[in-house]
Order: sequence, then C-alpha cells, then structure tokens
Amino acid sequence: MTVLDMRDVRKVYRSGDAEVVALDHATLAVDHGEIVALLGPSGSGKTTLLSIAGGLLAPTEGSVVVDGEDITGHDARRLTAFRREHVGFVFQSVNLVPFLTAEENLLVVDELGGGKGGRAARERARALLDELGLAARGSNMPSQLSGGERQRVAIGRALFNNPGLVLFDEPTSALDTQLGEQVMELIRREMKARDTAAVIVTHDTRMTHYADRVVRIVDGRLTADPVPA
Amino acid sequence: MSLKLPLRELRRRPTRFLVATVVLAFLSTLLLFLGGLLDGLYLGSTGAIRAQDADVIVYSSTARDSFLRSRITADVRSEVDAVDGVDAVGGLGFVLLGADVPGEADPADVAIAGYELAPKGVPEVSSLYDGQGVADRRLEDQGVGVGDTLLIGPAKTEVTVVGWVEDTAYLQQGTIWVNLATWRQVQNANRPDAAVADDVVQALVVRGSGDLAAAIDTATGGATSTLTVEEAVLALPGVEQQNSTFNQIIYSTLVVVLAVVGLFFSLLTLERLGLYGVLKAVGASSGRLFAGVVLQAVVVTIVAFVAGSALAMAAAAALPSGVPLQLEPSRFVFTFTALLVASVLGSAISLRKVLHVDPAAAIGTSS
Repeated sequence: MTVLDMRDVRKVYRSGDAEVVALDHATLAVDHGEIVALLGPSGSGKTTLLSIAGGLLAPTEGSVVVDGEDITGHDARRLTAFRREHVGFVFQSVNLVPFLTAEENLLVVDELGGGKGGRAARERARALLDELGLAARGSNMPSQLSGGERQRVAIGRALFNNPGLVLFDEPTSALDTQLGEQVMELIRREMKARDTAAVIVTHDTRMTHYADRVVRIVDGRLTADPVPA
Repeated sequence: MSLKLPLRELRRRPTRFLVATVVLAFLSTLLLFLGGLLDGLYLGSTGAIRAQDADVIVYSSTARDSFLRSRITADVRSEVDAVDGVDAVGGLGFVLLGADVPGEADPADVAIAGYELAPKGVPEVSSLYDGQGVADRRLEDQGVGVGDTLLIGPAKTEVTVVGWVEDTAYLQQGTIWVNLATWRQVQNANRPDAAVADDVVQALVVRGSGDLAAAIDTATGGATSTLTVEEAVLALPGVEQQNSTFNQIIYSTLVVVLAVVGLFFSLLTLERLGLYGVLKAVGASSGRLFAGVVLQAVVVTIVAFVAGSALAMAAAAALPSGVPLQLEPSRFVFTFTALLVASVLGSAISLRKVLHVDPAAAIGTSS
C-alpha cells in the first residue's frame, strides 16, 4: 500500500518578475516498508521535494497524499498537527534539543502533541533507545553523546509516534564512512521492522545500496524509477 | 498545554538567564526605592489631611487652598453650618515650628494641629486639656516620649504629649494634635505676625451629604473655596508635583524594563531560530513556542523581583531614619504587577520572529 503519493507536483518560487521552478511535475510513490534514496546535486530540488512530502511546504500545483490523507490544501495549523502524528524527520545537522537528555528528546514529540510524558511514553522512549543501542545513554545530554549516537537519538525521535513515513535529510553527511554505514544499516533495519516508508535524501552514492530504490532528481525533475517496482 | 520545555531550559541552563535576571533585579530594587521614596514623601506630607474623617474642607477663597494663608471667621462658619446637608463642622489649624525635646540636643520638627472633629485614629478633642496633645509616632525617632513636655517655637510654649497616633504627619513634620485653644496659644505666641482671634480658624472640616462643596461656596457668597479631602491632599504644597515627577521616573524605568526584556528575549529567540525550525517541523505550533518565551520572561521577572525586593528591604533597613523611604505592601504589589506586564509586553516583541520561523528551513540546513 502506498504511503506517499505525490502526483504532478510543481513548486514555483517567484522573485520579482522572475520565476524559479524548484520542482517540475514530480510524481513519486513510496510503499509501506520501502526505502527510497533521492539522489541529486545541490540545487536540484531534493530539499523542496522532501519539504513538500513532509508537509513543510505547500506545492504550487499537484497533489500530495501521505498515509491516506490528502494534505494538498491543509493550512499551516493542520499541517503542524499532521506532521506531528504522521511524519518523522531526521535532519542533516542532528538538531536535538541541547538541554534535554536523550530520553527527553524522544519525549518532546509526545509533549508537543499535548502528552504529559507519562509512564507509557517513557517506557516507549526507553524501548526505542534500547533498540537503537542507546539503553545506557538515556540520561545523557546531547553534548555527552558522539555524533553517531546523536544521530541515533534523532532517528528515535523520528520513530517515536510510529509515523507512516520518515524523511531523512542527508543523515550521514556529518559522519565518517564507517559510522555512516552503521547508521544506514540501522535505518534500514528499523524501517523494515516497522514496515515504515522512508525517503532518504543523499548525495553519497556509497550509501544508496541500503535503499530499495534510487530516484534521481535534476533541475526539479525526477529522472528515474519514481514508482515502486 | 505542557510547557515543560521552557521550564527545563530555565532549570538546566540558569546561567543563560543570569544577566537578564540580575539587570531586572536591580531595576526592581530601583523601582521599589523610587516608589518607596514617593510613598514616604506622600504619606509624610499628607497624613494629617488623609486622616480627616470628613467629606470636605473649607478654606477662605483668598487662601489659594493653603491652610497657612486661610482664615475662616465665625460669621462664615455660621453660614457653613446653615447649609443643607451639613451634619457637622469643626475648626482646623496648623502651625509648623521647632520644639525643644527634654534630653535632646536637637529640636524636633513639629506641626501643631488644632482640631474639633477628631480625625481617624485621633482621640476626641474633649479628652485633651489645654496644653496637652497626642503626637504622631514619627516624633519618637526625634526623642519624643509620652509624658514629655515640649517647648514649642521661639516662645517656648509648653505642650505635653499624652499619647501616640499613627500616620498623621503634615508636610514631613510630626503632628501634635491639640485643642483649638492650645493651637491658638502656640500660633499667637510664636507667629504674632499671623495671630488669630479666638473665634477664627484656618479651615473648616465638614461632614455631610450631597454636593457640599458647591452648596457651601454658594452659601458663603464666594468667601470660601471648598475641596474634597482628596483634593485637599493634592493641594498641599509640592504633593502633586512630587507625585508626577516620581511617577514619570517610575514609568520611564518600566519602559527600560520592557526594553531589557524585549532585547534579551529577542536575542535569545534569534539564537534559537534553528531549534524553533526543527521543533516546528516535528509538530510544535508557533503559539506553543511563543508561550514558552513568555513563560520564561515571567519566571525570570518573578525571580528578579524576589531578589530585587530582598535587596530593597535590606537597603531600606540600613538607611538612616531621616530618609523618607516607606516600603508599603501596595508598592510591592504595584511594582510586581507593572514588572509582569512590562515583561509580557517585552517578550511579545519576539512574537513576530517566532511566527516567521519557517519549519521548512530545518531541511537542507547543515548547521
């Protein structure tokens, strides 16, 4: 079943009289449990595509359906709630809340949704950290964790609400090759175990073999294999 | 709505907020000091008038609402007595003089006040013999004690203190409440240039109902100028100017508080734009983030106010008694409320920045 269904999506930025087409009639579908690597040079439209898929940006044209919900016409308020419940994000720079422990960084998602970080939420956070190999690091602050550990906490945060779709923005760019591969292995394992769809933006071709499918983007156009096999 | 995040930041990174807290604490102290001085000056100047248990005070029309210039004759008093709605009329007179206190090298500054209708807290005048008075408690600081016979003015007129009253100072001098005969005796002996006849007083204190001021001034054919007690308080020399000067300084200081809070939390918000982008991306609303900024501003203000109050009280205790600083509970309430309002308004300056944080900026950002 398709989790992400983007059809004929265009994103046009206007600057004075000039128009910049960031995404040009992009169509992309990603199934449950499928991992798609989105490969492209700087300025090709990867970021725009990821932002639209995650409900961070509204498309100029086309439709976006995530987890069965058409978010094309959602206003900012509905998109905020939608992202909280249906989409996980792992950003290029790790971006954990610096004054919260690893466990509390996971619970942030629950608290933002009005949860009180009760026992069930705490147990889920601990189980996730355990799964990610961070059982002993739950009470550590981000500054006490290595780069790889911080990225794993960020993955835990993205998975906390059991989203249907997780979007990764260059998740290994700040890591060396060995750590990068470990993180990619972890991502693959976690996505497959949960049957969660993932789109991973990367420019590192060494990491693409962890994906089920590679989609290339150049000048805002998707150039290869944009639908599941 | 859970606001654990901003509270945790305050708890775990207190040094981030230290500068703003210290600056606001000093500003709280300054505000309390200024307010305390204003209250001290105001209360010390106006106590004898605020204590009047009356509705209006009647001056002679040529006095320009000054007790010392005012003279009310027996004829005018009869006219006032006859006005509809007037229930009771009493004479009032003040004279400011130095007084020799037994055992003290320096003379005390006193206001001898002659009265007929007892002000609040002052005993009925019938309980005082000629030459006796009840003194305002502030004279205790100048060595006056119950039973002391003070020698008033250059004529050394004797007045014996037989009791204390509270909060009845007049123009920063401790009032001694006496009967009208004693007041006239002191006035005429020490101020022969401004002597008063036996049936003359400076002003009339009137109890009654209806539009007394207009009725009295009409009945006396314009010979009187009648003010409510509140108006009479503000008509005392310097009181209104003093209030407006101090209040201008206090409100200017509050603008500085607003600027400090606004600037500090604007800078903090600028620093956090990246983090706010991420939090918005993972589902935080602008309202929640902004509420966090306001909450932090309020907590910083509360901590600063408590520290500032402790400092102000310690400093007040160390000051010599001659400084007219009076820290009233109402001043603390006013200062706290004003600080809170200023800090909420100051933190609101960050609202636009928080609203404009684009969650999409979290994607594709490498640092």
